[in-house]
Amino acid sequence: MELLLVLLVGILYSAGIYLILRRSMVKLLLGFMMLGNGANILIFLMGELTKGKAPIINGDNIHFTDAYADPVPQALILTAIVISFGLTAFAIILLKKVHETTGTDDLDSLNIQDLDI
Amino acid sequence: MLTLIFLTFVLGFGILLLKKPVQTKFVALISLLPFSIFLYLLSFLRSVKDGVNSVLYRSEWIPSLGINLDSKIDGLSLLFGLLISGIGTLVYLYATSYLRGHPLLHRFLSYLTIFMGAMLGVVTSDNLITLFIFWELTSISSFFLIGFNNEQEESRASALWALAITGLGGFFLLSFGVIVGAITSTYTISDLLTQSDVLKDSPFYLLIIVFLFLAAFTKSAQFPFHFWLPGAMKAPTPVSAYLHSATMVKAGVYLLARFTPILGGTMEWSTILLVVGGITMTYGAFHSVFRKDMKGILAYSTISALGLLVFLLGIGTEIALYAMAVFVLAHALYKAAFFLITGIVDHALHTRDITKLRGLKKYFPLLTVAAVIAALSSAGIPLTFGFIGKELIYESGLHYIDYNLSLVLVGALFFTNVFLTGSGFLIGIKPFFGTPIKDYCISHKPDWRLIAPPVVLGFFTLLLGILPVIAYKEIILATFSAMNGAVVEMPLAIWHGVNTSLLLSGATIVLGTAVYFGFKCWNSSMNVVERFEGIAPKNIIAFIVEKFRQLAFRYTWVFHNGYLRSYLAVIIVFFIGLVGYKLFADVPLSVNTVGLSEFRTYELVVFLITVVAVVFAINTASRLTAIAATGVVGYCICLIFVFYGAPDLGMTQFAIDTLTTVLFLLVMFKLPAFLKLGNSKIQFRDAIIAISFGILISIITLQALVSPADKDISRYYAENVYTLAKGKNVVNVILVDFRGFDTMIEGIVLSIAALGVFSMLKYKDDEE
Amino acid sequence: MKNNKPKHNIKKLDATILRTATNYLLPLLLLFSLFVLLRGHYLSGGGFVGGLIASIAFVLHSFAYTTRRTLRLFQVPPRTLIPIGLTLSFISGFLPVLLGQPFMTGVWFADKVAVIGSVGTALFFDIGVYLVVIGVVLTILLTISESD
Repeated sequence: MELLLVLLVGILYSAGIYLILRRSMVKLLLGFMMLGNGANILIFLMGELTKGKAPIINGDNIHFTDAYADPVPQALILTAIVISFGLTAFAIILLKKVHETTGTDDLDSLNIQDLDI
Repeated sequence: MLTLIFLTFVLGFGILLLKKPVQTKFVALISLLPFSIFLYLLSFLRSVKDGVNSVLYRSEWIPSLGINLDSKIDGLSLLFGLLISGIGTLVYLYATSYLRGHPLLHRFLSYLTIFMGAMLGVVTSDNLITLFIFWELTSISSFFLIGFNNEQEESRASALWALAITGLGGFFLLSFGVIVGAITSTYTISDLLTQSDVLKDSPFYLLIIVFLFLAAFTKSAQFPFHFWLPGAMKAPTPVSAYLHSATMVKAGVYLLARFTPILGGTMEWSTILLVVGGITMTYGAFHSVFRKDMKGILAYSTISALGLLVFLLGIGTEIALYAMAVFVLAHALYKAAFFLITGIVDHALHTRDITKLRGLKKYFPLLTVAAVIAALSSAGIPLTFGFIGKELIYESGLHYIDYNLSLVLVGALFFTNVFLTGSGFLIGIKPFFGTPIKDYCISHKPDWRLIAPPVVLGFFTLLLGILPVIAYKEIILATFSAMNGAVVEMPLAIWHGVNTSLLLSGATIVLGTAVYFGFKCWNSSMNVVERFEGIAPKNIIAFIVEKFRQLAFRYTWVFHNGYLRSYLAVIIVFFIGLVGYKLFADVPLSVNTVGLSEFRTYELVVFLITVVAVVFAINTASRLTAIAATGVVGYCICLIFVFYGAPDLGMTQFAIDTLTTVLFLLVMFKLPAFLKLGNSKIQFRDAIIAISFGILISIITLQALVSPADKDISRYYAENVYTLAKGKNVVNVILVDFRGFDTMIEGIVLSIAALGVFSMLKYKDDEE
Repeated sequence: MKNNKPKHNIKKLDATILRTATNYLLPLLLLFSLFVLLRGHYLSGGGFVGGLIASIAFVLHSFAYTTRRTLRLFQVPPRTLIPIGLTLSFISGFLPVLLGQPFMTGVWFADKVAVIGSVGTALFFDIGVYLVVIGVVLTILLTISESD
């Protein structure tokens, strides 16, 4: 499964890079999200995959009695996911405003117009 | 001493506020400022004139780095300090009349005062770093002075040139100071005197002196950096008189003289100085007689004189150092007078073209006397101080250790002096004698403030020429001792009997007069030198600068073209190149299949769905499909999290993915449709970049999997989750307890995003 | 902006089924989100997830009815939840300082409460996060759908 996920990381990164190299703003945003997903899986992989064993202590035990998934990458990713929502939301609205103001979706045309925003 | 310098700076800035008072006739009182400094410096004569003692002031600035505001006054500092303040007094007086009624006079005086303070700092600093700071301050303040007529384009250009060249030298001075400091572990110049051998034996010796020379040569307008000086003549004449004859350009010479006892006396030292000084003095002298503009003549003869001083330091014998000390003084006296006279003539007749000036004796009798004295001193006629200097210069050439070489040296000196004599006559004699041209209209008579300074300078030239012993006893001996490192008596005298140097002096005067008559009436003389303009260093450097600018422009256009995606592409390609190279060159690539788990069919299905969704997201022409496909990718990842023991992640990913998709859908109809900008070539290129990046990341991930992960932190959290935090879900406990502070910051970040969105949308609403 | 009339408006859809479902789903989802929040220390869940689920519940409501109706469910605009949540998390982190312990040390009540388990500063911190997340998400989404 690791190999599949490694492949998936590569694919998500490729897709993300390809999308942010486009001239369309929406694609830029989608590319960001792809990159974020790829990075999350990358971090997840670093914590050694453990199938079905959440890092939660069972029942009345006070210590782990069984194998458990690495909690640190999970905590990192959880933070990353929530933050990426904030980023995406902000970027979408920014994009919307830029589109409203300039009437263009072409990133290339932004550096030509000297806008009085 | 330091207090004095800082006081000068404060006053310099203070003058800026005195716009009104400066325009009154009491402005001449401002020359009391340099005059009081002059008097104060005179009081040091008693302590240092024996050449053995010096006055030290120590004050700490950054003691941990060895950078202190130390000052030291010995003969050398004092000679320059007296020139700076003494000629400064005359220049101030002169300038108040020369620029009378100028709306920016207060600004001019302010720059001049700051410059004077910086100059005094240069010659009294006893710390390499402090010296560098004052050195740069002189460059900067002179930039403002040269560009004072800032509405003229030429003026601005020459100010920039001067700043570029002298500023470049400043960097070398700093590098010099740092290297010397690193070798000797001190920045204090007087401490370096005892470490002379350490520096000379150091493998960096050549580097050190080359850096020092570059600093000195740029400042002192030595070949091939000389060209900024004629350009700097765009400055108002008092500035030229002050900066470009007597003080700033001599700072380079001062620097060389200051380090002569520390670094001098070696083969490399003398060779470089002799060659550069020799070229500069002959080149400058030869060029000077071809000019018609009085300031042009003076600029080139000043370059020549500076070359001569460097040349004498290159000879480096005791007598040469004496000659250098005397010539610094003699040159400052007559050259400043020349400049001031030029200014008066220019002011009165609005021309500086010597071919158009004749018979001014009738209009300016007193000025003629001063001019003639200066001309005679520059020619080295007995009873002027210039004569004493010229004798010593020839003596030092004749007594060089190597006889064969000494003939060459004397030849060069002779050539230089002949042409300097000629150019001196062109300035000091030519405009004043002969039949006056009829239609002169003297626009305004010069007042005493203009006439007095050159006359005073002429008086000192004669006084010291007749009684050289005064100069010797008071200052020259001390100056010499500071450069030589030991006291050697060699009294100056007018008459040494008939000897070779006297004969040479005589021949110089005769030939110089011949040169003068040869060039006096030659109107087209400029054409001769203009033919060689193409290979003049100025044009070569200007050419290089222009090419460099073009290169920078093209370079910038390639890498900084304003297109976001090309920046990204460049960054990514560089990343791929660098990391990829490092990875394949240094890391032994291997795949550890032992610890890897198998995958089940349902996992493969999830994987395949993800891949298909990614392909859809890239390829589709519909925004809705792209957004939906991105959502599908997110849900698949959510499943992967759930499979591998991360229910928290799964839940969060699911919720976030849902919300993001909703968000997209809410604004989708406000978002632009995808552009149809299909350019298959670019798409192909980007695909290559993207795929190589993906492959690189995959390889890095694989390699990272091979190396065992450090589980200490995870284990610590897992073992203490209940005992320390009374929780059982490690992920949540990390978030709210172990790393709670991070979570709090994250909350703030989210709030900022929400505020950003809110204000962006509401801002528009309010506008409507 | 005269031509800014919504060309496509979800809110105007007559979605009876959705509305009926939402009437039941909203309280259920909110209850579930509270449950997820409170059990987070022992089982999977927590402030982030809980807050997100609650937000989804409100978003669903705004789809079924209108943004305005959803906003009316709140006494105050949802953005006021942000400072409240932040302050709550900060106070729960700062409380140990008043008791002479370092910032963010866990402090607990001696007795356990049914369902929730031990009650301590970490729980209040998590509630703060929950409120911040609801505030942020609803501010963003409802502001956007309102501005349409």
